[in-house]
Amino acid sequence: MTDVNDLIRTRLTAFPKRHFLAAQDLDPPDIANLLDLADVFVDLNRQSTKKLDLLRGRTLVNMFFENSTRTQSSFELAGKRLGADTINMSMKTSSVAKGETLIDTAVTLNAMKPDLLVVRHSASGAAALLAQKVGCSVVNAGDGQHQHPTQALLDMLSIRRAFGHVDGLTIAICGDVLHSRVARSNVILLNAMGANVRLVGPPTLIPGDADQWGTEVYHDMREGIADANVVMMLRLQLERMDGAFIPSTREYYRFFGLDREKLAVAAKGAKVMHPGPMNRGVEIDSEIADDLSVSLIQDQVEMGVAARMAVLASLAARLENDR
Amino acid sequence: MSALAFVNARLIDPATEYDGPGSVIVAEGVIADVIYGHETPSGHAGIRVIDCDENAILPGLIDMRVRTGEPGSEPKETLKSASLAAAAGGVTSFVVQPDTDPCIDEPAMADFILRRARDIELVHVYPAGAATKKLEGRQMAEIGLMAEAGALYFTNGDEPIVNSKILSRVLNYANGFNALIAHRPKEPWLSEGAVATSGEMAARMGLPGVSALAERIMMERDLALVELTGARFLVDQVSTREGLGSLERAKAKGLEVFASVSINHLMFNELDIGDYRTFFRLDPPLRAERDRLAMIDAVASGLVDVIVSNHTPEPAEHKRLPFSESTPGAIGLQTLLPALIGLHHENDIPLIDLLRTVTQNPAQLLGLDAGRIAKGAPADLLLVDIDAPFALRERDILSKSKNSPFENRTLQGKVLKTLVDGRIVYEI
Repeated sequence: MTDVNDLIRTRLTAFPKRHFLAAQDLDPPDIANLLDLADVFVDLNRQSTKKLDLLRGRTLVNMFFENSTRTQSSFELAGKRLGADTINMSMKTSSVAKGETLIDTAVTLNAMKPDLLVVRHSASGAAALLAQKVGCSVVNAGDGQHQHPTQALLDMLSIRRAFGHVDGLTIAICGDVLHSRVARSNVILLNAMGANVRLVGPPTLIPGDADQWGTEVYHDMREGIADANVVMMLRLQLERMDGAFIPSTREYYRFFGLDREKLAVAAKGAKVMHPGPMNRGVEIDSEIADDLSVSLIQDQVEMGVAARMAVLASLAARLENDR
Repeated sequence: MSALAFVNARLIDPATEYDGPGSVIVAEGVIADVIYGHETPSGHAGIRVIDCDENAILPGLIDMRVRTGEPGSEPKETLKSASLAAAAGGVTSFVVQPDTDPCIDEPAMADFILRRARDIELVHVYPAGAATKKLEGRQMAEIGLMAEAGALYFTNGDEPIVNSKILSRVLNYANGFNALIAHRPKEPWLSEGAVATSGEMAARMGLPGVSALAERIMMERDLALVELTGARFLVDQVSTREGLGSLERAKAKGLEVFASVSINHLMFNELDIGDYRTFFRLDPPLRAERDRLAMIDAVASGLVDVIVSNHTPEPAEHKRLPFSESTPGAIGLQTLLPALIGLHHENDIPLIDLLRTVTQNPAQLLGLDAGRIAKGAPADLLLVDIDAPFALRERDILSKSKNSPFENRTLQGKVLKTLVDGRIVYEI
């Protein structure tokens, strides 16, 4: 354990900002620092004793206005393993359901003096709005169709551990980019890390000006994933499937679902990612999703806890400095 | 199938811009050779030589807008009866509209049309797919899967997609497949209940009319959405002078916009509905003479790309009714070519230019290897006596429905032989 603590001490740097609201809050050296730190937590999490006291005395509040299983439990575990007091506020049954505004809820919570507030909300910009009203650090765990920066960070960690580096890799982000906060955060981090980013999907699911994001846009999946090192699939939201943005799930699967045949055009040793939860047989074939020789999907979940521990630890270090 | 040599012919081929003497050799379903000039081909043993007697050899016509009643309304027309009419009229390829019952809004239906055509073995029949499910204008149809199954373009039939957001999504989505979307420029609320073009004539006849501007209003919206999405777009039958203005502006912007016109709007005007003859009740309704003349100019200048028959069979029970209660539409597969020849004579437009709108242009738009007289091309060819006059009598009409506005008119241009993939499918 001393080894781990020493390693953490050498690698822990204060977060560059008080809040982590968007991927662009991080510059390339910050990203590298966080990934280096997260690597330590990956090893720690694989030991039988996973608990540290880095955040002892700190209070972490998970405020999820949208349903989430993996992100919420990932933050909860990250907080607990770092020794913070962690509570989950179920916003569905809270005073929000009784009509309280987001700001009122935030002010009320703030009075309870939490140190770290993890927020997921269905409206873009909600986390930034909260950050203006509270005294603690706010972590954006997904705001509408805007960003999900810790997801991008864990994706970065998964890619770096699989390939040893991120720069120079070709990453194809495929599917419903239009509605995806994961894609928006990933485009920013991947570009910052020197990867070549492609967006692949039907024109109805790619924002019209996405070619100005430093990405190449493809509407033909085979062209889009040709020679890609990583194929990052996005979840297709059920409510967008039937005739609104795409004609049907079977047509989507035919042209944009990842199966062996399409994956064959990717680079040798290409890896497949998915932020979950997956629609099997719609955007991804089970044969691919469950093939551990190509799929990083399980790794992503594991890296999620470590990456969030790195974020929480460095945000707490920042709070320490601010004091 | 023995090889055929069509000698001593006048070749008219818009794709090579050749209109002059020549011969064509057909073997194995394709054009084996084209000889320009008066030279007689030699060295072809075992070949059947057909002396064309200076009659014209043309590429088979491609008609982009045809309705039959199959499936669902077979008493109007079947794919077989339409194919017979097409072969007799020199149309070697036609595209059926998706507004059948059930409609062509999924790949299995597109496949059904192609399989039926294969079984009938007369002319090429291709499906156009529905742009929205059940043609309701609410949900996008399976454009990608239908394109893969062989649908050549996508359309909402005679009813436009009213919701601009849905049309914009359809255009955007189709763009990913480089699919062509055809859309009727018909402002639905202004057009509601109208059976004629509003004006002095309709007013005097007491018929509810729609302003010619209803076409321009819809075109302006559609073309703005095309500009937004960059889609390949066909204005499905422009018919007014105002509409041509919109078309011209869109083309000047460099948009991938094309337009068709029905042969009826080049041949007839609103005066033809004078005695309430329902065979002249059409959709779009017949327009003023100034519109007709503007359409002819637009065809001559190339502003309008394609001429269609808009073949719409309606049986007597839908036509022997008061004008405003009858169903709009007229058949046209069998009369498309003679009507074009008539246009050529009356308006001094070179025949080769008119033929381009029913051969080379639709072939390019639809991505068909057809519509040209060239070595290696499929032998879809016509032998036509261009000057032969004839009167169209009801008993000559091969369509099951007889609603032809050309009935008892004297026409010019008799198809002597029609070849599809080198097979003679019609001859007199």
